[in-house]
Amino acid sequence: MSGSNPEHAGWFTDVDPGDHEAAATAISEGTAESAENWPEQAIQSGFADDEEDYYERLHAATLHATREAVRARDRADDQQLVYAIRAMDDVERTANELAERLAEWAGSLSDGSDRDARAADALGGVDGARAVAEWTPQSPAEERLVSLAGRIVGLDDERATLRSFVESHAPEVAPNLAEMAGPVLAARLLSLAGGLESLAKKPSGTVQVLGAEDALFAHLRGRGSSPKHGVIFTHEYVRGTHPENRGSAARAFAGKLAIAARIDHYSGEFKQSVHDDLADRMETIRAREVGE
Amino acid sequence: MTLDLPEGVERRRFDGRERLATRGEPVYGEPQDADGWRAWDAGRSKLGAMLELEMDVGLAGGERVLYLGAASGTTVSHVADFAGPTYAVEFAPRPTRDLLSVAESRPNLFPLLKDARKPETYAHVVESDLDCIVQDVATRGQATVALRNRQFLAPDGRLLAAIKARSEDVLDDPDSVFSDALDELREGYEILETNRLDRFHDDHLAVVAEPLE
Repeated sequence: MSGSNPEHAGWFTDVDPGDHEAAATAISEGTAESAENWPEQAIQSGFADDEEDYYERLHAATLHATREAVRARDRADDQQLVYAIRAMDDVERTANELAERLAEWAGSLSDGSDRDARAADALGGVDGARAVAEWTPQSPAEERLVSLAGRIVGLDDERATLRSFVESHAPEVAPNLAEMAGPVLAARLLSLAGGLESLAKKPSGTVQVLGAEDALFAHLRGRGSSPKHGVIFTHEYVRGTHPENRGSAARAFAGKLAIAARIDHYSGEFKQSVHDDLADRMETIRAREVGE
Repeated sequence: MTLDLPEGVERRRFDGRERLATRGEPVYGEPQDADGWRAWDAGRSKLGAMLELEMDVGLAGGERVLYLGAASGTTVSHVADFAGPTYAVEFAPRPTRDLLSVAESRPNLFPLLKDARKPETYAHVVESDLDCIVQDVATRGQATVALRNRQFLAPDGRLLAAIKARSEDVLDDPDSVFSDALDELREGYEILETNRLDRFHDDHLAVVAEPLE
């Protein structure tokens, strides 16, 4: 790779003319203090035969490098995060549903004094499925039961993997949003809004009630009070605030979330001050007197 | 009196209307005629609008060009049709994907996924002494971008910039945004001509400039 002599190193310096990967890496990652007459230097150094040959190589190398760079940036795309969080929710719901079915079935096979140890396993839930998956099947029906339990365990493992994917990718896609909301809630907000761009374009009042659409439309139709919070309720800033102050907390939190989404979409750089502002504001809200 | 268009750019009739056109692979569903010319839509291209308004852009055809803010490649495809080696810098990955397919059929077009505010990240690829920089970046500090990229221009090279008022300040009056931008540009350029593009693009100022010694 180039870089040993940044003053006078073009993308082709020290690159074997036949090595497309090295050329693409040099284009993507190299730097130079100032431009030079690169075509002439490349011909002099023997990298290219003539100007036409140089531009041909440059065309191939820039296409390759830029295609790879776009692909890499796409992988950190907000849409991938949206797919992942939706899949995570589906997998979790399915695992719980199957675990209920399993518990019912396991209960029918666990009564009888010789299988006391099994009775506790039929409690239900994904933990119950994990226990049932360890059974040694003693009949064709139990074989099916244990196999089903194994599938549930697999789904639950998948959920955990999806969650860690979301946790590691949300900060790349939306550093400020992920810092403020936590990676999972950040991904949920992106999913509800349909992506980072559309979240960045939503007013904070909309962000506040994302995920509470049913309540919001009931309210707009004249039934019920207006929702104070949607999915942001899952965050400690809202849930951990006294119910009397929750409206204020949700409003302040949503306002900063909307700003965080805009910073992430339009600049992409982490900005500490917006997080400090929110922490100050939450402290003020929580310090308020609460009448009993 | 009409100014000469660069070689490779012509006015041709499409659907009974005279329009700018270049020859090359179609890119964005633009009308084409039987001789392989494709219409250059001035409403979608600031450089196209500058030519329509007969600004003296100093292009003759065959120039070596650095295009900052190439986006999906709509305008840059026409530039590559009439110019020589054309370096296209774009920062956002999604439009760059479209730019790649524009570049595939144009051997003189070199796409780069780079930030125009950081010329040091592509100075090892883009050659010096270029004839022309076309700038259409939607970022704050457009004059700064032009100043930082001046190093690529030959002493008699041209800067053709479209300054977008709303990228600098959404609320401020465009006229004051433009005069601030021009003041900053004068630190490194001599302004030859300016023109509002409002007929084709709202709140845009076209600037033709030459680097100072």
